[in-house]
Amino acid sequence: MKITKLTLAAICALSASVVMADKMAADTTPAEDLKLYRDYFSKRFPGIPLNEYGNGVYAIDKVSRDSWEAIEEFPPYEPMIEAGESMWNTPFANGNTYGSCFGDDPAQRQHFPYWDAKRKMVVTLPLAINECRVNNGEKPLKYKKGAIADLLAYMSYQSRGQKINVEVPDDPDALKAYNEGKSFYFARRGQLNFSCASCHMQSAGMHVRTDILSPELGHTSGWPVYRSKWGELGTLHRRFDGCNKQVRAKPFEAQGEEYRNLEFFLSYMNNGIEFNGPSARK
Amino acid sequence: MSMNVKRRVFLRGSLAAGTVGVAASAGLLTPQAVIAAWNEKAFQAKSIDDALTAAMGEASNTASDAIKIKAPDIAENGAVVPVSVSSDLPGVESIALLAEGNASPLVATFMLGEGAVADVSTRIKMGKTSDVIAVVKSGGKLHSARKSVKVTIGGCGG
Amino acid sequence: MAKSIKIRAKIKGDTTTVKCLMTHPMETGLRKDKKTGKPIPAHFINEVVAESGGKTVMTSNWSGGVSKNPYLSFAFIGGAKGDEVKISWTDNQGGSDSGTAKIS
Repeated sequence: MKITKLTLAAICALSASVVMADKMAADTTPAEDLKLYRDYFSKRFPGIPLNEYGNGVYAIDKVSRDSWEAIEEFPPYEPMIEAGESMWNTPFANGNTYGSCFGDDPAQRQHFPYWDAKRKMVVTLPLAINECRVNNGEKPLKYKKGAIADLLAYMSYQSRGQKINVEVPDDPDALKAYNEGKSFYFARRGQLNFSCASCHMQSAGMHVRTDILSPELGHTSGWPVYRSKWGELGTLHRRFDGCNKQVRAKPFEAQGEEYRNLEFFLSYMNNGIEFNGPSARK
Repeated sequence: MSMNVKRRVFLRGSLAAGTVGVAASAGLLTPQAVIAAWNEKAFQAKSIDDALTAAMGEASNTASDAIKIKAPDIAENGAVVPVSVSSDLPGVESIALLAEGNASPLVATFMLGEGAVADVSTRIKMGKTSDVIAVVKSGGKLHSARKSVKVTIGGCGG
Repeated sequence: MAKSIKIRAKIKGDTTTVKCLMTHPMETGLRKDKKTGKPIPAHFINEVVAESGGKTVMTSNWSGGVSKNPYLSFAFIGGAKGDEVKISWTDNQGGSDSGTAKIS
């Protein structure tokens, strides 16, 4: 714990301008962090209902919201939802289905990510999907795009309306994972030396060149995302990878420990926001 | 699958569903307007005038208030720009949609057949900030409208 | 295997509005493959024909300038609830597909 404190203090010193980092990097509990986090955003963007944050930049920018609504009216990810449904309904070679692993219910998002006390790790939905496949003799899917994104699109669509509900149990290993996610979030990285917080907390709503930076609050609700830039669906970890590359940092492995812990922290911060994936974004 | 129940619902009306007036004389359309072989000359033309001449027989057109273009003031990604064109000019035969800043400005033509209304929408690629131009053939003459769309070079998302 | 066209056709008063979403790469032919540096050949829908009530309601011709996984919306008078709307596309490489939906 001492080491963690020192590391976080060091991070604070580096990102001193991010006031929130100072407050949250101290050994605050997840619940305390959540309050600080929410207070920050509600002061930053007064009057925006919590659930609206699930719409990302479109919650704070009127101009892009109009064309986003036009696209969402008949969104490009609809065929992928159907492809995902087809996957859900297709048995594995051994006769089992995804339903066999997930209690016959594709609406699983409210259960993820979760802390697996036995295995001492954060389990995300894509990870669970691949574990289901491997346990049933199938090859795992790649994590950033393709078939897994289609299946996630279907499961996310079925999960719409469920609320993000991540629990960080009072368990030193769970707290360690949570704090690692939190440190990651506030740590500067890459040639551009930005942390997630630099853009998505400190500069949320401001411009980076001509892009408006979306607030981090709400970031985990809309996945998988059909980005106009990708011309296809991508997963949350694909975006982590892209974001890290964009600050010219070496990305971590999709569904590796770093990104799972980051997802754990971020999702907890988004508790209470409705899942609204899949979604169309720029 | 009950797509309808979970589809996103917006409180405000959305772009594509809105209609602006209905051509009272829809149904006047000439058969030849309807099936056309792909007009390579028009779609590969590098200038608006060349494209219009090849697509609609002439380039000269008059600006008209009776044509409405709906497109974002700022397109957050030039790869997908939602555009709608509607017009209450009488007897609209065809509509051409152009992006002035594109290498080949003509993006789409719509030949309206039996009963078709002058109200079309699509999503287009725009290479850079420029005007989106809608040219409508009505009464044998070309009428036009334009809307400026800024295409941004994103910092991160674009 | 799902067809490459999704259609929604709704009638309000005497106007039927048809919205379609097609699955297609819509390659302009101007992009280069990032790995090989070679140009990706043009592959785009160049014609969409909409039919209903035994007539062609609209024909639309496109360049590669229409977005990937293209969307199209149009409207017409003279349709009725229960009528079928048929949308057919052809592309520059000779590919094609068609789909139908009932006006609701």
